[in-house]
Amino acid sequence: MTNSKTIVLVGGGHNGLVCATYLAKGLGPAGYTVQVLEARDQIGGAASTRCFGQDSCKGGFRVSAVAHVLHSLDPQIGRDLNLANAGLDRGPAIETISLGRNGDHLTLSATAVSGNGLSKVDIESYASFKNEFRSYAKALKPLMTNRPPRLKNMDRRDLITLTQLGWALRFGLGANSMLEFLRVGGINIYDVLNEQFDSERLKGAIAADAVIGHHMGPRTPTTVLTYLHRLQGELHSPQTLPPGGMGKVTEALAEAARIAGVHIRTGAKVTRILIRDGSVTGVALDSGERIDTELVVSNADAKTTFLKLVGTQDLDAMFAHRIRKTRTNGTVAKLHLGLKGLPEVNGMSVAQLGQRLLIAPDMGYVEHAFNHAKYGEFSEHPVLEITLPSITDASLTRDGYHVMSVVACFAPYALKTGWDQGREVFADRIVSLLGAYFPGIASQIVARELLTPVDIEAQYNITGGHWHHGELGIDQSFMMRPVHGAAQYDTPVDGLFLCGAAAHPGGGVTGVPGRLAAERILALSR
Amino acid sequence: MVEKDHFRQVLQHSPFHDRIEEHNLIKNWMSWNGYQTARVLDTLSAEYFAIRSGCSVMDLTPMEKYRITGPDSLAFLNRLVARDLSKLKPNRVTYVVWCNDDGKVLDDGTIFHLGDAGYRLCSQHHQLDWLLISSQGFDVEIAEETHEVAALAVQGPTSCAVLRAAGIDGLDQLKPFGIQYTQLLGFEVMVSRTGYTGDLGYEVWTEPRHAVDLWDAIFATKHRGLYDVRVIGLDALEMVRIEAGFIMPGDDFITAETAVRADHDRSPFELGVGWTVNLDKPYFTGKGALIKEKSSAIKRRLVKLVVEGNKPPVDSFLYDAMKGKRIGTIKSQTWSPILKANLAMADIDYINGKAPREIWAEIYYQKELTWHATWARTTVSEKPFWSHPRKSATPPGPY
Ligand SMILES: Cc1cc2nc3c(=O)[nH]c(=O)nc-3n(C[C@H](O)[C@H](O)[C@H](O)COP(=O)(O)OP(=O)(O)OC[C@H]3O[C@@H](n4cnc5c(N)ncnc54)[C@H](O)[C@@H]3O)c2cc1C
Repeated sequence: MTNSKTIVLVGGGHNGLVCATYLAKGLGPAGYTVQVLEARDQIGGAASTRCFGQDSCKGGFRVSAVAHVLHSLDPQIGRDLNLANAGLDRGPAIETISLGRNGDHLTLSATAVSGNGLSKVDIESYASFKNEFRSYAKALKPLMTNRPPRLKNMDRRDLITLTQLGWALRFGLGANSMLEFLRVGGINIYDVLNEQFDSERLKGAIAADAVIGHHMGPRTPTTVLTYLHRLQGELHSPQTLPPGGMGKVTEALAEAARIAGVHIRTGAKVTRILIRDGSVTGVALDSGERIDTELVVSNADAKTTFLKLVGTQDLDAMFAHRIRKTRTNGTVAKLHLGLKGLPEVNGMSVAQLGQRLLIAPDMGYVEHAFNHAKYGEFSEHPVLEITLPSITDASLTRDGYHVMSVVACFAPYALKTGWDQGREVFADRIVSLLGAYFPGIASQIVARELLTPVDIEAQYNITGGHWHHGELGIDQSFMMRPVHGAAQYDTPVDGLFLCGAAAHPGGGVTGVPGRLAAERILALSR
Repeated sequence: MVEKDHFRQVLQHSPFHDRIEEHNLIKNWMSWNGYQTARVLDTLSAEYFAIRSGCSVMDLTPMEKYRITGPDSLAFLNRLVARDLSKLKPNRVTYVVWCNDDGKVLDDGTIFHLGDAGYRLCSQHHQLDWLLISSQGFDVEIAEETHEVAALAVQGPTSCAVLRAAGIDGLDQLKPFGIQYTQLLGFEVMVSRTGYTGDLGYEVWTEPRHAVDLWDAIFATKHRGLYDVRVIGLDALEMVRIEAGFIMPGDDFITAETAVRADHDRSPFELGVGWTVNLDKPYFTGKGALIKEKSSAIKRRLVKLVVEGNKPPVDSFLYDAMKGKRIGTIKSQTWSPILKANLAMADIDYINGKAPREIWAEIYYQKELTWHATWARTTVSEKPFWSHPRKSATPPGPY
């Protein structure tokens, strides 16, 4: 017993900041102080802004480092933590445009689709499909926005969540929709989209949303669930490009944290979570410093938390083994381009170029792109999600220049040839694919960098560089996320909690794991 | 076993096989960990009495053996087993159990501290996968050496004298659970004063290529007319291990790895081996669960029962009174010739943390192919049923 009244957050990613702020508000009055220890020199983790190009920021370019589209930040957090007051600016709403080579682009909004060559039937089907799927996403909301219920030894909170889920499925959806939901829930997005649409481009674009960030292709079972995960954001807010990049969002979260009394330290890497007799006693930093605490909340992924910071010697063998066996290899790379002048796309206005652009011409293309990842290769023809944030945000670079931010799938962490060999080859491949849509772009490039999953792991301290800190397979979701025995934010180690994307409901810049972890800790401390 | 054809030999032969075969008059073989092993070779009672009043020899080669080496060996083993191994000195052996995450016993065995050569773990069942799972995060190497080490259990009152006559020196000062190395006919043997009989006895370990020479040296004492030495099978061993009160994973309780139904697996406390559990040492697998279990009254126990009468209580149900409430079952049992009693290991429910005041067995038995039922009163024995001072006397004394 150290009798410490310090709470330590390991990691200042967006979830760590959200969790810290709730804890400071909830436990501050009881005399607790909350400290965030972030290993990097910057807070925000995968939701931050970075510089690249000549002389780095000066005369160079700034860009959302890893995550670049804000599509699901939980509005309840905005209200609870008064984020508007802390300077949160979500930025302009954007739509998704799936690029065609010949100017036949499709624009997909939350409710409607338009574009040359689309049949009337597809246009109508899209509206009803989105309507139906949003209602499924809504039915899942009790599960996605609450702590996952335990299946054994349920308490009142667990029962309420399950009741809400059951109610939402049965009465929220209605009998017919519920049956349909139960039918599609476990199957793949490929089959579902083929039932719904004719347009290959339309199906490709929707399928891309179901698989980006996952080690899955459209034909992989449960891609309907990953798509519904993605749709959670659409239930409450439009997707946006935050001005100043994603780092501005986490700066606002950090500001809210400071207002609540949270003490934030950067450049403070935790090397060890100290444990005695099964309980947390403190943390050790790489500087040699030691902080006494009985309550540690980890924003780091589960492998980092348990296998590196706790260490297997303080864990049951099978628990440690199950953590080690979780699938955490990332599949997404991030390409940043500094461009002289704005690239042009056949038939698109500047305003359109500022939207979220997809290259995913059809589902076969997406599936083939994934096939490579299965065998440790990067895609020959990758699926791309492109933004040009400098169109609406002049702060990112100087006049006459632009920044392009590209999420590229699939780029498996365990590349057969190794990424030292593969990095530039894959970057070249993406650029040449871009060239097919943005003619002449190659000659506009004045700076470029590719962050592979290996780079994301090294620079952002995420095992495997995984989008969700671990696959969102059905076996690694809900009450089994990251593994059963640690699925309600508390862990087998007394005083150690998880609050990052490794916990339910997973990744994306949502803040939900951070909020739910804080709620769990506050409930237990009562 | 690199040859591709090894599978054609369904049961493996130990390096002692040719010698054992000569003694095995009734060819009553069975499989022990995939090795062809004698159940009974000649007459069960003769083999039993060789253990209790002479010198018995049993092939131990099939027992699972693992070698653990590397800088974290001690830390790894201490996190594996419930006992505190930090006190285990080089050239000493200790009895251990290990648990899964839920504090339920996976297996039991012995750990030999071999000094610079690391540790040897001997277990009842195959454990390599669990050892590898448990080794994550520890700088250790784990090698299965079951087939690379030949071993004989030499047990009984005259075992020390026999080994001495066979040419193995220096055993006088070897204490129980001690290890000693000697040269025999120019090769090295390791002798440990360990065994499964509860009597004076040794286990002798060597390389398979010296196995036959070791065997012949021991049996030469018999051929020279000095001592009677008898090969024994697993059936005689089963009798004496119950007398000695040793538990048998897989027979007396279902091991946690193989248990499917909830509540069928057993903790060390429930098996009566709580004395090997140290909750004050650093974390080990199952510790959290065991601390929790300790906080409430024990629900059931594997107990040692003396069953009155002369009917063998095979698989009997147990009751809290004659025709009372059913509270458990007999797991294994034997007639003890030396104690003239029916002895049993039984799994029974406890009430408020205590054994029921009375325990009765309902015994079914046959007379000329006709079944009968009877009731027998039983008593719990907290100590081993049978023990002898020579088991721990050093020097063991002349027999
Ligand atoms: C290529 C890519 C593109 C993405 N694009 C999007 C997108 O467009 N939109 C979206 O919503 N999501 C996107 N995501 C997902 C999103 O970025 C993450 O799921 C989310 O940022 C995770 O937030 P977090 O707070 O849980 O963890 P993180 O952001 O990973 O924060 C964890 C923090 O803990 C710190 N840390 C780790 N170990 C230690 C230690 N030992 N000591 C101290 N600190 C430590 C890390 O440095 C890090 O700052 C993308 C992910 C990837 C990989």
